[in-house]
Amino acid sequence: MWKGRDVISIRDFKKEDIEHVLKTAERLERELKDEGALKYAGGKILATLFFEPSTRTRLSFESAMHRLGGRVIGFSEASSTSVKKGESLRDTIKTVEQYSDVIVIRHPEEGAARLAAEVADIPVINAGDGSNQHPTQTLLDLYTIKRTFGRIDGLKIGLLGDLKYGRTVHSLSEALTHYDVELYLISPELLKMPKHIVEDLRDKGVKIYETSDLESVIPELDVLYATRIQKERFPDEQEYLKVKGSYVITLDLLKNAKESLKIMHPLPRVDEIHPSVDASKHAIYFRQVFSGVPVRMALLGLTLGVVE
Amino acid sequence: MSELKVTAIKEGTVIDHIPAGKGLKVIQILKLDKLNGGALLLAANVHSKKLGKKDIVKIEGRFLSEEEVNKIALIAPSATVNIVREYKVAEKFQVEIPSEIVGILRCANPNCVSNHEYTTPKFYVISKEPLKVRCHYCERTMEEKEILANL
Repeated sequence: MWKGRDVISIRDFKKEDIEHVLKTAERLERELKDEGALKYAGGKILATLFFEPSTRTRLSFESAMHRLGGRVIGFSEASSTSVKKGESLRDTIKTVEQYSDVIVIRHPEEGAARLAAEVADIPVINAGDGSNQHPTQTLLDLYTIKRTFGRIDGLKIGLLGDLKYGRTVHSLSEALTHYDVELYLISPELLKMPKHIVEDLRDKGVKIYETSDLESVIPELDVLYATRIQKERFPDEQEYLKVKGSYVITLDLLKNAKESLKIMHPLPRVDEIHPSVDASKHAIYFRQVFSGVPVRMALLGLTLGVVE
Repeated sequence: MSELKVTAIKEGTVIDHIPAGKGLKVIQILKLDKLNGGALLLAANVHSKKLGKKDIVKIEGRFLSEEEVNKIALIAPSATVNIVREYKVAEKFQVEIPSEIVGILRCANPNCVSNHEYTTPKFYVISKEPLKVRCHYCERTMEEKEILANL
């Protein structure tokens, strides 16, 4: 049952749940293309509560709701709300649910979306809770892979960059345990995927290769998922500069790649992917941005109970 | 009973085989310090064949349920509980780590919402040996050392 369901953590998703979201997104994308505006969410109101700034996530949720024929209220920074006066998250949620039919929340504290879902009677969708979860990003990543390759099973997927702190790669790798994939974990020693996650992935039957050498594994990969390496994670700047340079994806680096290799990135990027790569057949990170809308339409439609 | 340095109780609960030094914490977790009426006895650093040294807590006039006592499993997994009636052990059980830990443990993650908003902290036990729990809210896992520091 999707109506009334919360979307908080990719951990809560079984494989059939993921597949249902992807199928629904594909259907809605097609309907949108054929019919223009849809009317599924007519009369419904989405509240977007962004206690932290975001470009893509907030705008794509709002776009998704508009494309479903619904309306949107909300705020994009906490400083313009009663939170500034010291209002608790509980009270904010209790208030907002009187005005809306579904809530999308981004909050700097981990677990905030889970708490919001417990407080609210209407569905709550997590758009990022601190460094914890960002399930809709994971679903749109999976959707992008599926739409591009027609499948997820059988692919060799490289996760590149900050695998230690990056929440997108943690969630994505967790979701990929439902599929028959091989994962290449490519990162500097300092930013390796935490051991407990690697063990967990192995326990669930995923084949894992860990390396710090991007160039040597490039020819193997079907997907290269790049992430931003954050300067502040490094104890000294020299270390950072050394690492940074070795993970810049350039056309030169891609010479040995498969023709069909696709490069993804959750964005924003800094300099992990050289802009000259954007025009190559490998780049699908803007296509990935586009996926945000149909996937979020699916999630809004399903949780509102207006789409089956 | 002769080895004990404190009086036997007539009716109540005896929590034995508590690791030495954890007796006070057991009293605190079970909120026994708020009892009124019956006596509360703590024997600390008692010789034990099994543990070397141990603590023992005796609660007069109150029978603790298994569920209640399981709250101390995190700090005293070796503890045994004796329900005493008429100076005799009427029931005996071993504490067991529950599958969910509600209310007694704080999340070690300073950025977890449970440390900022009104909530009842809740954790799922993902491994008993070695002990590992996951926070219901922030989903971060804590291992034994962190767990003990946040009880």
